[in-house]
Amino acid sequence: MDLRNTWDQWPDENGRFGEFGGRYVAETLMPLILDLEKEYRAAKKDPAFKAQMDDLWAHYVGRPSPLYFAERLTEHFGGAKIYLKRDELNHTGAHKINNCLGQVLLAMRMGKTRIIAETGAGQHGVATATVCARFGLKCVVFMGETDVERQKPNVFRMRLLGAEIVPVSSGTGTLKDAMNEALRDWVTNVENTFYCIGTAAGPHPYPELVRDFQSVIGKEARAQILEREGCLPDAVMACIGGGSNAIGLFHPFIEDESVRMIGVEASGHGIETGQHAAALNGGAPGILHGNKTYLLQTDDGQIIDAHSISAGLDYPGIGPEHSFLRDTGRAEYLTCTDSEALEAFQLCTRLEGIIPALEPSHALARVGDVIDTLDKDGLLILNMCGRGDKDVFSVAEALGVAM
Amino acid sequence: MPTSRIVTRFDKVKAEGRAALVSYLMAGDPDLETSYQALCALRDNGADLIELGAPFTDPMADGPAIQKAALRALANKTTLNDVLALAKRFREEDQETPLILMGYANPVHTTGYEEFAAAAADAGIDGTILVDLPPEEDQPIRDAYAEHELSVIRLATPTTNEARMAKVAEGASGFLYYVAVAGVTGAGSADPEDIRAGVEMAQRVSGLPVCVGFGIKTGEQAAAMAKIADGVVVGSAFVEQARLATVSKTPQIIAEKMGELALELSTALKGGVPT
Ligand SMILES: Cc1ncc(COP(=O)(O)O)c(C=O)c1O
Repeated sequence: MDLRNTWDQWPDENGRFGEFGGRYVAETLMPLILDLEKEYRAAKKDPAFKAQMDDLWAHYVGRPSPLYFAERLTEHFGGAKIYLKRDELNHTGAHKINNCLGQVLLAMRMGKTRIIAETGAGQHGVATATVCARFGLKCVVFMGETDVERQKPNVFRMRLLGAEIVPVSSGTGTLKDAMNEALRDWVTNVENTFYCIGTAAGPHPYPELVRDFQSVIGKEARAQILEREGCLPDAVMACIGGGSNAIGLFHPFIEDESVRMIGVEASGHGIETGQHAAALNGGAPGILHGNKTYLLQTDDGQIIDAHSISAGLDYPGIGPEHSFLRDTGRAEYLTCTDSEALEAFQLCTRLEGIIPALEPSHALARVGDVIDTLDKDGLLILNMCGRGDKDVFSVAEALGVAM
Repeated sequence: MPTSRIVTRFDKVKAEGRAALVSYLMAGDPDLETSYQALCALRDNGADLIELGAPFTDPMADGPAIQKAALRALANKTTLNDVLALAKRFREEDQETPLILMGYANPVHTTGYEEFAAAAADAGIDGTILVDLPPEEDQPIRDAYAEHELSVIRLATPTTNEARMAKVAEGASGFLYYVAVAGVTGAGSADPEDIRAGVEMAQRVSGLPVCVGFGIKTGEQAAAMAKIADGVVVGSAFVEQARLATVSKTPQIIAEKMGELALELSTALKGGVPT
């Protein structure tokens, strides 16, 4: 099958990426997501919407983010040149704000006054709380109890920003449970509430619109590398939680078939232990949180709790477009364990003076393996999608250091 | 196609000039033997149709009562096959009371739509309500059910306008489940007057009996809602009886408690004074 030049047509009008995606929601939410889709199509065509986004991206977030040649990491691995797309320099410290700005502007166009969000690492919660503070909107963030504990600095930041934090104790008290609770809030408060989903998952049109807002990463990176090196990269790499930073980097390269797209999932204690968060490498297709996608599940269709040292990757599903890219072979998906991520975290900190978040540390950990498959004069771009300030406490604990 | 148990039951209830009592229980909460006895107790105390909850780890549309019931059932390792086996056991001695399996899409998807439809029909299930399979996504079950005389029962809500109702009604059979309040199960209740127009519209557009649920807990509330609907659905209140009685740990006592509630509700629907 020749899919060249057709990658960009997805999702189809039913919100499908091949067999994945869709709108698997309770009837109460159907009218809302149909409305959201209509509003998004209108906003996309509205020059005023784009102008407002561009202005906020430039002056509030600090875009474009630099494309940085990581000279010492390159030397360390002794192969292709490694570039870091510095989205950790964004306001609030991660890529999450790219998407929040877009969604909150949409919410305001729809006349919604209350924004809800789920968060794992707290980065999406912080970004949502930030944008809500900026526009004077009420913000309620659902966060698993376990995550409230391991991401204390972000919990305090959200409270400073005026958000209400709702700790979620159902299930294992992590990201999936926070998402369940956000969906329950949404069906209860359909009139005034907008659900700002933090990753490229959920019912259509969320995977599409989150991807589109995050695609600013890949659009910039593509233009920047062409300007710096005069050619496209051989590979682009990113970590995968729900897949928003990855799809944001990948999508603008999707029709450049010479560019390998490589996602890295969190394999926690190792896939064989069953304690991991690698939906593509260790899961099967199923239906959860509004979309059909790869999921961690038992033989009889119950969802299995994920495990990762990184709260932002600790999710049993993955955005549907990644499921599609994997099954079609357009993208590759590797894995990285907790301990490998911790090593990469330290390596990058020492060699580049950049403290990465634990999430992109997972992608960093596979860079050596990918470099081994590239020509020495090749080019690789890695999405440095978040900074590690939020993680220093959990890293200290994992390394057995008392602070 | 023979007349379905659901149609027969609504005809009978209508002939009696009253609304149907649709009662819900979570299969396997706290164990399957209790659920079996509860099914019998509900039937014996006037439940006209019974919804059998299939537990799921991530019940996004349910409030705390049903969430916890699902976790209790799962802690006891209740699978979708167990739920069907329970239905089959009940069906062996009761060929009339319609059984509706209510749950979420993933366990059914994982089983395989065709395989599930065949197994459900064999177990004597009459239809399903799969909360996260809206009309846009349920073509696979519509196809699979067509061969087995299973009903696709859909949800309508106060957010469903007339155009949307046509979509909801298309391919639906048995009855429509009208969710009285935008929210999760077990939360606040609706004033029947507020939803009267919505229910009438649902009846007119679908041509099906419309049962109203969410937030109905007592005979009094059931009787009030019965004035505007073809049936009332009571769920969390039964699940709550099961939980309260669980401390005693004997299936009989739990089933008895659920039966008492069913009697209060069915008596109210028959115009009598609840005991
Ligand atoms: C810095 C960072 N990277 C990555 C992720 C994972 O999300 P996604 O896969 O959607 O980019 C998170 C989530 O919280 C994050 O905070």
